[in-house]
Amino acid sequence: MQPFTSVTGIAVPLIQDDINTDQIAPVQMARALKPDYADLLFKRTRTRPDGSPDPDFPLNKPQFRNPAILVTGRNFGCGSSREAAVWGMLAVGIRAIVARSFADIYRENCLQNGLLPVELAPEVAADFERRVIAADGSAPFTIDLLEQRIRGPGGPDIAFRIGEADRMRLLEGLDDIGLTLKHADEIAAWEQRVAREAPWMQTARDRRRASGETA
Amino acid sequence: MGRTLFDKIWDAHRVATRADGRDLIYMDRHVLHELHAPHAFECLERAGRPVRRPDLTFSVQDHTVATRPGRTDTTNPDGSEFLRAMREGSRRHGIRLFDIDDPEQGICHVVAPELGMVLPGATHAVPDSHACSVGGLGALGYGCGTSELEHVLATQVMALKRPKRMRIRLEGRLAPQVTAKDVALRIIAELGVAGGRGFAVEYAGAVVRNMPIEGRLTLCNLTIEMGARTGLVAPDETTFEWLAGRPWAPQGAEWDAALARWRTLNSDDDAQFDTDLEIDCASLEPQVTWGTDPSQVIGISGRVPDPGRADASRRAGMERALAYMGLEPGVPLAGLPIDRAFIGSCTNNRLSDLEAAAAVVRGRRVAPGVKAMVIPGSQTVKRQAEARGLHQVFQAAGFFWGEPGCSMCAGSNGDRGEPGERCISTTNRNFEHRQGTRVRTHLASPATVAAAAVAGRIVDVRQLVGGTA
Repeated sequence: MQPFTSVTGIAVPLIQDDINTDQIAPVQMARALKPDYADLLFKRTRTRPDGSPDPDFPLNKPQFRNPAILVTGRNFGCGSSREAAVWGMLAVGIRAIVARSFADIYRENCLQNGLLPVELAPEVAADFERRVIAADGSAPFTIDLLEQRIRGPGGPDIAFRIGEADRMRLLEGLDDIGLTLKHADEIAAWEQRVAREAPWMQTARDRRRASGETA
Repeated sequence: MGRTLFDKIWDAHRVATRADGRDLIYMDRHVLHELHAPHAFECLERAGRPVRRPDLTFSVQDHTVATRPGRTDTTNPDGSEFLRAMREGSRRHGIRLFDIDDPEQGICHVVAPELGMVLPGATHAVPDSHACSVGGLGALGYGCGTSELEHVLATQVMALKRPKRMRIRLEGRLAPQVTAKDVALRIIAELGVAGGRGFAVEYAGAVVRNMPIEGRLTLCNLTIEMGARTGLVAPDETTFEWLAGRPWAPQGAEWDAALARWRTLNSDDDAQFDTDLEIDCASLEPQVTWGTDPSQVIGISGRVPDPGRADASRRAGMERALAYMGLEPGVPLAGLPIDRAFIGSCTNNRLSDLEAAAAVVRGRRVAPGVKAMVIPGSQTVKRQAEARGLHQVFQAAGFFWGEPGCSMCAGSNGDRGEPGERCISTTNRNFEHRQGTRVRTHLASPATVAAAAVAGRIVDVRQLVGGTA
């Protein structure tokens, strides 16, 4: 995973609550094993019924053509667990999302992919949203994960907090599976113990076949 | 101090705590579907990692499968690539696949419980947000994305932060034609779509104790719609009776040993919950959503709320929802004409759901102009329903009776409504465009959907069947 220390770039405001993953990545519109994730991002919302780009949608505006930071409301990424809703962000260059809160699975998917999820308390968020809207893509913001600060036009630095473990994982770009495999011996020991104590948990089989009956 | 049921299962599955403070929670069963697994197989292979426990892993084709009788890989052309990649990946890794022609194929959240693969006190990972369904059996289901799916394939554990605990005590006695679906929608209305974020939920109380297992699966299925990743019901004699004799469940002496353990699976009397709520369900009526998220729901006798009177933070969302749904504040939902009715999805397409719908439909016909379909949850459900003649009840009334899959819930298999249609549906998400471009979805129980299909408009099912269950 790509390590994350800081990002500096254009912040695009999409101030709305409960934006779900159907909106972020409408996979029904690109039914392929490997769709163009950048093209898919907010595809339905970005596009008018006649297929032309909706000029009012923030990501379609010229000043937000190369976004690095998405700023949004409460419960961002609710709904389906599809990771395409994170891959699409990265595909267009967004490396951080600042929200009032994230849906649990979406936040985890962000961490898995080195996309920084920043949560701000309501009053801090409201102020930051105002600054982002006022900047209107004319000047960059910086989100520094080392110092856990947001810098940018329109006001003083904003401090944010992210769990220390999540912060280290992003800073070092750690391989999550590699981290867990350090515990391979403990996993094996757990399996052996459960196989003795509750063998039905460690064996999954169709008993009809085992006993010679037909399904 | 006593422990909650959730903590007991968590602690029993905690293999280690990682350097970053996350608990490694062993996953007893891992069920995959074709929308996400092929990508994970590829990443795993690129990293040169094997699947640690193919014998505890199962593949199911459900999201992209066509529902037309006689279907093949190409009946839904958009799905064929997924089906093939799933088949080949499962074969390469030695994973048992429930393919489109398997006599036990179905939606992963329906198949795993009904075959007895998932057991009380077990952990269960699925790369799908409705993994929480299995909580109905007292199991801990965890939905995840593709990276976490790859993680479970490689390690058989998930690296998780221990959530907070919430208990929702559902008290009272449900009125006739008021179902688990109505209870779940009411809970989401009370808590909101983010009310459960960061929590594991235990459902308790008289309503749950009296609820059959299929209802509990429906109740837990909708846990994610209030933002909680997992929710469960303590197993009891109803659970054990339901599981006994299922083909993958333990048998004989093993069953007895398992049962002795399962009987200890409950929250201690003095267990502490971070949030403990009680909801009185005695006066609950059938629920129908009016908006574009599952919390935007009212009783069948209610009227669409007025955003002008709502909390300021909710107003914009409500106005957007009303505009999309083509509704005005203050209008009743009862009487609203519908174009389409869908009975299916992991939320509501088990045998009892189909029986409840058939009881309403029997002797009636789908209203002129309404397109109605029933998609059973699995081949097993389909066979059981057909043995009872339910398919004839539906077909005689003018419903389409299809092959099992996610169908119009996920919109991934080609089944979808026409732009602008109003669809009443037993599914779990009424998000914009979920069932097709500009399709307006109203979520409701199977009986309420069946009633609307025959009436041609949203209606109180109790007026059709006289309020008897």
